[in-house]
Amino acid sequence: MNDLDYRRELRDYLIGFGLAFTLTVGPFAIVAWGGLDRPTLLIFLGACALVQITVHFRFFLHIDLSRQKREDLQLILFSVLLLIIMAIGTIWIMGNLAMRM
Amino acid sequence: MRHPGINLGEHHGEAHDQAETLVFGFWVFLMSDLIIFGLMFAIYVTMANPVGMAGGPGPKDVFDLTSVFIQTMILLTSSLTFGIASLAMRHEQGRGRIALWLGVTLALGLGFLGFEARDFANMIGMGAGPSRSGFLSAFWGLVPLHGLHVSAGCIWIVVMLIQMRTFGMIPIVKTRLLRLGLFWHFLDLIWVGIFTIVFLAGISA
Repeated sequence: MNDLDYRRELRDYLIGFGLAFTLTVGPFAIVAWGGLDRPTLLIFLGACALVQITVHFRFFLHIDLSRQKREDLQLILFSVLLLIIMAIGTIWIMGNLAMRM
Repeated sequence: MRHPGINLGEHHGEAHDQAETLVFGFWVFLMSDLIIFGLMFAIYVTMANPVGMAGGPGPKDVFDLTSVFIQTMILLTSSLTFGIASLAMRHEQGRGRIALWLGVTLALGLGFLGFEARDFANMIGMGAGPSRSGFLSAFWGLVPLHGLHVSAGCIWIVVMLIQMRTFGMIPIVKTRLLRLGLFWHFLDLIWVGIFTIVFLAGISA
């Protein structure tokens, strides 16, 4: 551990912060100004959120695809799979019911 | 570096070895928490429609975009300041420096809670409490749950500041700070979902 390592790691946090900042300000600005039609806007918001979540994992939580010796990533991916099944299932079923009412 | 995730580094000896299993165990907790949040999101999405709003106020009537933006920026900055505190611990820059950045993070966390509490009070004031409609119940179930987590995080920071002072930087204190870091960054991650799905998608509808 030395000064060089410290600066490299600090730079990583700052890069992460910069990316997350941009990915936050963008969606807020688009919503504040309006003008986009709803489907395009939702796709844009969803894409920004997904990229920002990836940025947070990579730069703040330090989860990435390389040299993984522990099962953090597998655990996260499996939990996300369970969540997708339950959340999408809920939204699908309730949306379907709402349309029939 | 054995594990690329949040860790202390080999030079921390015993604490570094303990961190392996302790941090993984904490990830298991975080993922169970993620499922809870995820299902609250699912309920919110099913309620964010005219039927769920039951003639009550909708997202445009009750949400304050400026205040949400301020909260988002505060929480994002607090993630950075906690990161700097983690680095100070990892590179053994001394207890004072770690405590300083933890203090900054705590102040930002409290600032976030302050703005959030003000928004909640305004909502109650305009008659948009949890019992008004299914939509508002879902909102009050999800967003204050995140606020509750941030409050718990703030208390945890205070406890760690006290432990750092009482015990010094012993291995268990270091690994607790590692887990607190994961918790704090995880809450910022959940907030990305909240400001996107609840606030931005809601206000633009």
